[in-house]
Amino acid sequence: MPHILVDLSLPGIRSLMAFRPETAQPMCDLAEALLRDTEGLSPVERELIGTYVSYLNDCFYCHHSHAAVAACYLDGNTAIPDAVRKDFSRADISDKLKALLQIAAKVQQGGKAVRPEDIENARRHEATDREIHDTVLIAAAFCMFNRYVDGLATVAPTDMSSYPVRAKQVAEQGYGSHIYSSRQPIATT
Amino acid sequence: MAYIDLQNDLPGIRGPMAYRPDTGRALNVLAELLLHDDANTLSRGERELIGAYVSSENDCFFCQNVHGALAQHYFGWDMPFLDSIKKDYLSAPIPDKLKSLLSIAGSVRKGGKYVTSEQIAHAKRLGATDREIHDTVLIAAAFCMFNRYVDGLNTWAPQDRQVYVDRASMRAKDGYADMNLYK
Repeated sequence: MPHILVDLSLPGIRSLMAFRPETAQPMCDLAEALLRDTEGLSPVERELIGTYVSYLNDCFYCHHSHAAVAACYLDGNTAIPDAVRKDFSRADISDKLKALLQIAAKVQQGGKAVRPEDIENARRHEATDREIHDTVLIAAAFCMFNRYVDGLATVAPTDMSSYPVRAKQVAEQGYGSHIYSSRQPIATT
Repeated sequence: MAYIDLQNDLPGIRGPMAYRPDTGRALNVLAELLLHDDANTLSRGERELIGAYVSSENDCFFCQNVHGALAQHYFGWDMPFLDSIKKDYLSAPIPDKLKSLLSIAGSVRKGGKYVTSEQIAHAKRLGATDREIHDTVLIAAAFCMFNRYVDGLNTWAPQDRQVYVDRASMRAKDGYADMNLYK
C-alpha cells in the first residue's frame, strides 16, 4: 500500500503525479526533453539508459515501463532491453552505448563514482559532450524518479501484458499530462 | 574542471543548466515548486534544510553549501549550528516533526525501498500530512538527481563557504524558476 492517499487506479509515478500535478509538470517536461530528444542519442538509446539505471535501483515499475518503451521503438524487440539489464557488455548495442551505460552505472552509485577514465573511454568510442551530458542527466533523473516511486511505496501493475500497451501510448504521445490523467490500459489480445 | 566543455565558467549546477537550457529550465521550475513556492505548509527553511541534509549525505559540496546557506538565511542560523544539524540532526534543538522528515529524507537518499512504514507512521503521529510527506520524499529524490548532475560532470565549486552565505538572500528573493544563471 502506498504511504500516502493516492488514486489506486493509477500505477507507479502516475499516482504521485496525479496527487501533486504542479510538480508533475516539470518532471514530464524533463522526461520529454531527455527521452524524446533526437540530438546525439536516439530515443531508444535514451530509454535503454533509463531502463538500466531503474533496474540497478531495483525499481520494478520504472524498469519494466521503460524497457517496454524501448522495445516499442525497436518494433517489439524485447531481446535488447532484456540483454541490457542482464549484462549490457554482451547486448547487441554499439560500443559507444556500452561506454555510456558504464557512465550511467557510476552515476547510479553517486556522482563522484564517475572517473576521468570512464569519460575517456566514452570519447574513444566517439561519444560527444552532449551525449555524455545527457547520459549523466538521464541517469541522475532516474535516481530521482525511482526514489519517488519506491520511497512512497506506489503500486506497480502485475499484469505484464499491460506494459507494452502503455508503452505504445508513450511512444506515440510522449510524456505529456496523459501520463497522470489516464489509467493503465488492458491488453486486448 | 568539468568533464565536458560546458561553454561557460559558471559554478556547480549553473554550468550544465546553461549548457542545456531546456532541461535546466525544467529543473529550476521543479526546484521553485519544491523549495521556494509559498503554497506549502512546510516552511522554505525546512525544505531547504532537507535539501542541504541530503546533499551533505551525498557529499556534494556545491549543493550542501547553496542550500545550507538558504536554510541559515530563512532560520537566522549561523554556520556552526547548520553544520551541527547536518552532522547529527537527532541531537539538534529542532522540532521532532522536522526530525522525522529528515529521517525519511535520509532513507530516500539510500534508496526508495529504505523508507519504512514505521518511519511514515512516526511522522504522521507528529503531525506530518500526506502532502508534507510527499514533498519530503520528492525533495530528497530531486537532490539525489541534482547532486549526481553536479558531481557526475565534475563541475567546479567555490571553496570559500562565505560565498554561498553572501548569495543566499538574492536567491531567497529571486527564487529558482526565472533565475539568471549568469548572475
